[in-house]
Amino acid sequence: MSNLFSPARLGALLTKEFIQMRRDRVTFAMMLGVPLMLLILFGFAINSDPKRLPAALLAMSNDQYTRAMVSALENTNYYRFDYIARTEAEADFLLARGDVSFVVTIPADFGKRVERGDRPQILIEADATDPSSASGAISTLGTVASQALLRARGMEAAAAESKASQLDVIAHRLYNPEGISQYNIVPGLLGVILQMTMVMMTSIALTRETERGTMENLLAMPANPLEIMLGKVLPYAGVGAVQVVVVLFAAKLLFHVPFVGGIGLLLSSILVFVLGLVLLGYTISTVSRTQMQAMQLTFFFFLPSILLSGFMFPYRGMPGWAQTLGEIFPLTHFLRIVRAVMLKGAEFPAIASEVGWLLFFVALFAGLALLRFRRTLD
Amino acid sequence: MNAIDVKNLVKRFGDRTVVDHVSMSVAEGEIVGFLGPNGSGKTTTIRMMCGLLTADEGEGTVLGYDLRTESLKIKNEVGYMTQKFSFYEDLTIAENLEFVARLYRLKPIEDHVDRTLGELGLASRRNQLAGTLSGGWKQRLALAACIMHKPRLLLLDEPTAGVDPKARREFWDEIHHLAHGGLTVLVSTHYMDEAERCHRISYISYGKLLATGTVAEVVDNAGLTTFIVEGPRLDAVTTALEGRPGVDQVAPFGATLHVVGSDATALKRALADIEKTHPGVKVRPGETSLEDVFIQFMAGSKDNMA
Repeated sequence: MSNLFSPARLGALLTKEFIQMRRDRVTFAMMLGVPLMLLILFGFAINSDPKRLPAALLAMSNDQYTRAMVSALENTNYYRFDYIARTEAEADFLLARGDVSFVVTIPADFGKRVERGDRPQILIEADATDPSSASGAISTLGTVASQALLRARGMEAAAAESKASQLDVIAHRLYNPEGISQYNIVPGLLGVILQMTMVMMTSIALTRETERGTMENLLAMPANPLEIMLGKVLPYAGVGAVQVVVVLFAAKLLFHVPFVGGIGLLLSSILVFVLGLVLLGYTISTVSRTQMQAMQLTFFFFLPSILLSGFMFPYRGMPGWAQTLGEIFPLTHFLRIVRAVMLKGAEFPAIASEVGWLLFFVALFAGLALLRFRRTLD
Repeated sequence: MNAIDVKNLVKRFGDRTVVDHVSMSVAEGEIVGFLGPNGSGKTTTIRMMCGLLTADEGEGTVLGYDLRTESLKIKNEVGYMTQKFSFYEDLTIAENLEFVARLYRLKPIEDHVDRTLGELGLASRRNQLAGTLSGGWKQRLALAACIMHKPRLLLLDEPTAGVDPKARREFWDEIHHLAHGGLTVLVSTHYMDEAERCHRISYISYGKLLATGTVAEVVDNAGLTTFIVEGPRLDAVTTALEGRPGVDQVAPFGATLHVVGSDATALKRALADIEKTHPGVKVRPGETSLEDVFIQFMAGSKDNMA
């Protein structure tokens, strides 16, 4: 008796926590409703590969090559030529005002150069204030343009095979190397939603007991810190499991995100991630004195992890120090895992080191929480 | 063996000494009242005894277990009832009791819960949320939950604050009943009538233990002399007496005044002319009450909390 771990006492704590969770209907509904709402909202709203963006054409001549080029660009569905600019200044002005996202300039000697066999050039100027919006449009450009050109010269057969670019496309823009699509957003959202609900709910686990005065009683009774910790975090991990199922189903049914990889591997790595999150939340609750403090700490953690994890911005696009900083967030590793498994069909060896990181976080947070847990009211 | 045997307990919060070298022993089966004004260190002392706070200095045993090293064993055999209701208001009465029963690993759980509910007379309201209970019922539920695991020592921190007289009477009957069964009880209170229902009392003020013993011993040892003044227009008498040498307290008790002093001769001298200057007023020797003693203690000990 009774320093050791007791399943019976853990059972008591778990039952109590589940009853409280069930009775707090608003929170419970939020924990299940919010993920779905966020997923639908962001899944449909965030589109980092936008189509039919307004564009202006500045064509110095009007020969067949120019026309072929314009229709080929329109056929990509990325460009919608709303404006025909007469001068460079007019085109610049349209871009500056934001009326168009692109200005395509086809120089006067374009046709001549094509016929001469010289390397013709076109210039695409992109409004790169939102770098990701332009990336899709630009990345398709090279192939489209050179194939259009070949076709215009009556070389369809060559166009079908040719990979050699006979055309210089000069693109002035910032680049988004990942070329994020909706498929990329939805798995990422799973991580973000889990992180938000799990960390937030568990971060007030202990402070709520303290503020309601029940902590004094709980500490006066024979429950050890491990039992209290597990009793607090396991119910929320259970809620997390339900969230995962909801989000994955929605990803499949609403967004048709492909599930290339093994579902077992995906679910078990999600489980490790969820465990890490609830333990992180619990660690926060061992260091905060009030619910308000816990919330502040959660948000302090939340923002950088979203911004630096590769969810919002391409991870590889960040400076080295920011990438290093990004490694300390479980979300970073989770995103790599979930994208690799869901979209690329990665097997375990490919994600082993990321899973290792997540396991390390689980151990780290559990250790910290047990270390920080105050068995007394001192 | 004493149920509680602690020596020179000290607790500091920052640079305030909240409990200052308090020693206390409580024999088994005894009911000891723990008295003192607000903020005097009663709660802190009790929390140190049940392992909720660690003492900065001092040593001792509770139920034979070392206070410093065996707090888990102490927790298993002590029932602690907090000042504020600290069970789960969003759990029903039965769920709260089940929670406690399972934490103490009482088996079979259902029997313990049902029996406790029956004894409480709450069997029909078992599915009511604890938060919707009245103050008196909450207190009864808390007590029932604290004694469900048959503790050998019960620590009660102002258990009857805000409870009506009938419920208080029943509460104390229950405490005495439990003590007959061998349970040791340490109970903190502000109420004089409750102090008089204890076998012994300890008085603590501003962290220092000032007196300990039976009610009669504490009153005797205080060495106070009390006179009772009766008659019309006692407010004038109060004004006349206050500040006279030898008069420590003048307090109205219904239709009488209690005039208390620690120096009997000086007090007599101060009262000598009252009957002459205030027609119809009578002065007679009276018995010093516990309350007089406590007011004297409170006036005498300086406030180190400020």
